[in-house]
Amino acid sequence: MTRGPTWFNITSLVLGFSFLYLPIVLLVIYSFNESRLVTVWGGFSTKWYASLLQNEQLLDAAWVTLRVAFASATIATVLGTLAALILVRSGRFMGRSLFSGMIFAPLVMPEVILGLSLLLLFVAMGTARGFWTVMLAHTTFAMCYVAVVVQSRLVGFDKSIEEAAEDLGCPPVKTFFLITLPIILPGVIAGWMLAFTLSLDDLVIASFTTGPGATTLPMKIYSQVRLGVTPEINAVCTILVGLVTICVIAASLVTKRQQVQRERDERAAFGADG
Amino acid sequence: MAPGGSILSSRFWVGAVLAKKSIGPVRREFVPWENSDHPPFIEFRGVTKKFGEFVAVRNLSLKIYEKEFFALLGGSGCGKTTLMRMLAGFETPTSGQIFLDGQDLAGIPPYRRPSNMMFQSYALFPHMNVEKNIAFGLKQDSMPAREIEARVSEMLRLTKLEQFAQRKPHQLSGGQRQRVALARSLAKRPKVLLLDEPLGALDRKLREETQFELMNLQEELEMTFLIVTHDQEEAMTVADRIAVMDKGELVQVATPAEIYEAPNSKFVADFIGDVNLIEAKVTGKSDAGTRLVSVVDGFVIDSDQETEAGLGETVWYAIRPEKVRIAQGRREEGQVNQIDGLVWDIAYLGDVSCIHSKVGEDDHDTIRATFANISRMVENPITWDDEVVLSFNRDAGVILKG
Repeated sequence: MTRGPTWFNITSLVLGFSFLYLPIVLLVIYSFNESRLVTVWGGFSTKWYASLLQNEQLLDAAWVTLRVAFASATIATVLGTLAALILVRSGRFMGRSLFSGMIFAPLVMPEVILGLSLLLLFVAMGTARGFWTVMLAHTTFAMCYVAVVVQSRLVGFDKSIEEAAEDLGCPPVKTFFLITLPIILPGVIAGWMLAFTLSLDDLVIASFTTGPGATTLPMKIYSQVRLGVTPEINAVCTILVGLVTICVIAASLVTKRQQVQRERDERAAFGADG
Repeated sequence: MAPGGSILSSRFWVGAVLAKKSIGPVRREFVPWENSDHPPFIEFRGVTKKFGEFVAVRNLSLKIYEKEFFALLGGSGCGKTTLMRMLAGFETPTSGQIFLDGQDLAGIPPYRRPSNMMFQSYALFPHMNVEKNIAFGLKQDSMPAREIEARVSEMLRLTKLEQFAQRKPHQLSGGQRQRVALARSLAKRPKVLLLDEPLGALDRKLREETQFELMNLQEELEMTFLIVTHDQEEAMTVADRIAVMDKGELVQVATPAEIYEAPNSKFVADFIGDVNLIEAKVTGKSDAGTRLVSVVDGFVIDSDQETEAGLGETVWYAIRPEKVRIAQGRREEGQVNQIDGLVWDIAYLGDVSCIHSKVGEDDHDTIRATFANISRMVENPITWDDEVVLSFNRDAGVILKG
């Protein structure tokens, strides 16, 4: 048996990661390009980041995107969690499978169809399209992702824990907030983050349902790219990549710290045993 | 008391008690169920529970008394857990009433019932430490913080959990978790403590220890305990009375000794402990007892019991293996309560030995006899294919109708 990585292993690792990350690395490198031409390296510079701060349009779009993502993720989390609760808890009822199928359908529904149907609905209702319609649309499709994530957390949930709380004198609604929610919280937070990122990078549904004055960042980037890629776009994207990376690292650090803390507690407790 | 016709056996045994004879050791002088004027603490009155077409509990009536340690015993799906969950409020009876301390429990949600339950899975709150788990119920009653603190530390002391107060459930062993669950359900001093298979997850040694701890706690706190279990040994160890359930009905409600020594049906005799069931025909009846002739091998059984069965009817004679004596040799001509056998199987269990003897043509027609291994060395031990004679006393067995 050979020890350590073989040349074959190293090669496949390099190829695999290159395939995944080369485009992003290129994007980051070219965001520091001095030259205005995206494909020609003209020396290192941060001037595109500075000019980004002057670009009101892009900043507006970023702000709209963040607001849409935050609001839709929050609403989708509440609704998705409720849907998951119903699906897992209510046992068998008339049309249960139809209901669960309908909740998960948007997962596989082509975005174009979802966007078009929402557009038709908003037009039929005579709603002015803008921030609110985009947010509603994002809530609609993010909700089912939340439901899936929370449901997986609920399936392993021992229902007798809730019964124990009620048995000890805690009414059902209070039981939900004191017992159920804290236990499924990791699933709920994961669902929220998923909904947030889905909303952040959605282009198709946002294009269908938005109106004047509510252009999201992906839409802005897409429309600018059609006119030609500017290094500014690279800079925006680099910032986005940076944001996501920081979020992921922070999340894993928090979990890691909790784990370390728990292990230390355990050691201390066993030490006290004598 | 026992439904389904408490045939002669119970009448017989009550008589035996009056004659300064007792079934098994007397554990405590606590027999409120023998006084029909004594008000019950918990009462099920004609309770039926259906899940769709399935009848989990069928028209069941039962009285449980204050400070009693009562066990519901039965196989899986016999309705014992459903019965307890109806008392706790997690299930609603399809029909019938349940009373607790004179109060009709209908329409009262679980969180307002004066009973607490210890769950089979323990159901500890994983995000709270031991102390907070125990205090949870007290906080719901908005008890002053200082009293909560005092009660929690009392419960911790009672269950020997002081040094684990700050731990989360995942940092505890199975036995410790079980004690936390017990402390949590006792903390509110409920009128009734419901125990749903509380010791199922523990290993045998710990289980036996905990059984005695439970008994002591129950006596110390003077509370009514209702335990659901499928483990007959557990039920017999802890309970004042046992209700044996089958298919949603009570088969027999009696003290452990009565259940064991005077089962009222073939089901109970077979379910509790080990038993030889001998099919026999009634050939004689008198005030002094009943005479039976075995269907297999035709040996004669002379019993001091009376039976409702008529002459010529087929009944079952149930006799526990430890009440059968075994010796090498053949039966004496004309003697009753003696059976010729051929040693078929021997099991040495350390404390006792169990010998299966073939008494008929069929391999299934065997009678088991167990005896304590009171000495380490045995002269002329019984071995395979030995001719043996199995004998027993007149009062050793019970006559049961098919």
